[in-house]
Amino acid sequence: MKHLYNYILTIADNSLILAQRLGELCGHGPSLETDIALTNISLDLLGQTRSYYQYAAKISGEGKTEDDIAFLRIEREYKNCLLVEQPNTHFGYVIGRQFLFDVYHLMLMEKLQYSPDETLAAIAKKGIKEVSYHKRFSSDWVKRLGDGTEESNAKMQEAIDDLWRFTDELFFTTDAEKAKGKEGVGIDVSTFKEKYYEEVSEVLKEATLTVPENKYFTKGGKEGVHTEHMGYILADLQYMQRTYPNMTW
Amino acid sequence: MKKNWPLWEIFVRSKNGLEHRHFGSLHAADAEMAMENARDVYTRRNEGVSIWVVESKNITASNPADNGEMFEPAQDKVYRHPTFYDLPDEVKHM
Repeated sequence: MKHLYNYILTIADNSLILAQRLGELCGHGPSLETDIALTNISLDLLGQTRSYYQYAAKISGEGKTEDDIAFLRIEREYKNCLLVEQPNTHFGYVIGRQFLFDVYHLMLMEKLQYSPDETLAAIAKKGIKEVSYHKRFSSDWVKRLGDGTEESNAKMQEAIDDLWRFTDELFFTTDAEKAKGKEGVGIDVSTFKEKYYEEVSEVLKEATLTVPENKYFTKGGKEGVHTEHMGYILADLQYMQRTYPNMTW
Repeated sequence: MKKNWPLWEIFVRSKNGLEHRHFGSLHAADAEMAMENARDVYTRRNEGVSIWVVESKNITASNPADNGEMFEPAQDKVYRHPTFYDLPDEVKHM
């Protein structure tokens, strides 16, 4: 049960933290239309997160609720990858982070929908349509900015170069992932690593961007060791529940 | 203003069988972006099953200054409405 619980969080925490990052942009998007689009993506991810957390709460057997899981863990207990916690430095970073995650996310959902775990399969199946749109949105923007003006190209390239070092972690497998993978319930993410880099490179090339050759990668988030940004994200996310325990709207 | 994206008019069909209706307008760099923006701005609450986008500059509109000659001559010609017939009950939606 411990492994299943951790496995669910490994998937769900990515969605929670990315949703929180995108939520920061609400009212601050570069145009009204992109603002709504990014907030929509955020809400899609939050919806998925809730389904996962409800499932995790149910199987935890500790009388937990989805809110406890979302709001009352310490930093080391969050299992999201480092990529999704990176800041909204500029629009190129928002799009770059989204794109690098979406390609991975869709590949994962496409496999997870056939998991013998019916709840995980159902959440994945429902999520595929949403995530397909996220990928369409983010890869379109990568191409627009990459193949846009000199300035937009430089900014998009800067973001991709900077975020590239977090991509390898997507394919790092934690103990929970190994255990669930062995049982056939979880997905062995390493099986689509090659396909991931192929697809990402294809879009980058189409966007007239350079595929980074950097082989230095960093990881840790999936095991709870986060970048310096994570504490601030959690401070925002958890403030109300920490200050007014059990408050409701 | 020059740097703004052009304006697009958005038409949404809310159900199969109904016509596309004008929903509003938004800014986008091209048709593809207009379509994605329309999806996010106008159909996020399940409002539609089909979207048309058309760049606003491609719409020719009647000039309000011409309303006199355009529309007023029709005002006193009530006989152009088919309201002088006795319709059988079986005929609906007239």
